[in-house]
Amino acid sequence: MMARLQRLGRYGCDSLETLGRAGLFLVQSSFGIPSRMGWYLWLRQMHFVGVLSLAIVLVSGLFIGMVLALQGYTILVDFGAEQALGQMVALSLLRELSPVVAALLFAGRAGSALTAEIGLMKATEQLTSMEMIGVDPLRRIVAPRLWAGFVALPLLTVGFSVVGIGGGYLVGVEWLGVFEGSYWGNMQASVSFIDDIGNGMVKSLVFALVVTWIAVFQGYDLIPTSEGISRATTRTVVYSSLVVLGLDFLLTALMFGSLS
Amino acid sequence: MKRSKTMELGVGLFMLAGILGLVFLGLRVSGLTFSVPEDTFRLEANFANVGGLKPRARVTMAGVTVGRVTEIELDTEWYDARVVLELDAELAGQLPRDTTAAILTSGLLGEQYVGLTVGGDPETLSHGDAIRDTQSAVVLEELIQQFVSNMATN
Repeated sequence: MMARLQRLGRYGCDSLETLGRAGLFLVQSSFGIPSRMGWYLWLRQMHFVGVLSLAIVLVSGLFIGMVLALQGYTILVDFGAEQALGQMVALSLLRELSPVVAALLFAGRAGSALTAEIGLMKATEQLTSMEMIGVDPLRRIVAPRLWAGFVALPLLTVGFSVVGIGGGYLVGVEWLGVFEGSYWGNMQASVSFIDDIGNGMVKSLVFALVVTWIAVFQGYDLIPTSEGISRATTRTVVYSSLVVLGLDFLLTALMFGSLS
Repeated sequence: MKRSKTMELGVGLFMLAGILGLVFLGLRVSGLTFSVPEDTFRLEANFANVGGLKPRARVTMAGVTVGRVTEIELDTEWYDARVVLELDAELAGQLPRDTTAAILTSGLLGEQYVGLTVGGDPETLSHGDAIRDTQSAVVLEELIQQFVSNMATN
């Protein structure tokens, strides 16, 4: 009994310590002085986490938009309200699905890769060697990856929304025969730039910060063995997904739930 | 470090695409439109009550879509709603002067639209004319109220 209590206490202390380390890590690595070299490092990471994630994000967006239109149509047509299809597709994409699904895909596609890359650098003692020759690995390795993640995910989210609305158009208008003017007209009448697109982008920025932070920190903080790398990679995807979904509820409640 | 032109180009295109996507969302999805004047046939119609009619609603004749509503505003002279209709340019000079406009609802809860019915007057409506004979939107609450009061008096 005593031993169990002790273990629980140690676990709590360890978790708190890790959280503190992660916070310090974020502050130290994100406020590095940018140089010309740093700019180029950032560009390379943008290519890796942004451009190369584009395919999976856009294809998922297309299918999600098409499924939304198909499902929405079968429900709305019962009420003779299939003209509201555009509004339904656009609002569900902009407010919820784009930020969340893009963040989940990003965690799986780019986050896990970041963890594995930095973890392997740690396991092969590249990070220690850098410190030995006077290069700060936080600034050289971590900062460009963090900043690339912050910028790339919101852009990917925009792409997701655009392609999703296009997919909804393909299915709703071209296939199921909803009047084109109602599709766009109802959408434009109900979507507000600040409240819907703006809040979606805020969500996406928060998710970008959290997902990249978790991925990079898990890589930096792991136990430098092959097992440690595999566990850290798994943890990145699991933690990111949970945190994204949890934060999504919180942000939605703050943004759209203020009915009082 | 080796600099790669294609990579720089790729990132540049990616960021440009993201910004263009945001512009698309702003203009096309949330409707921050700059109106482009087009060659259309413009009519006005005054309704006592437009109900739930919205700008961009469609205008139909015999069920066929022939244009859309561009503006709805309060006419402060008569205190009714002035609705501006943009019709296909090929209808210019084809509609008789006694054409009527009605606000109809598609389905029980569907969107509202304007239906035009032609009359028999030899004179025709020209660009910017007003349709005199209009029929307001049916407001469900009023209908129910009427029905209930009829029931009560019987």
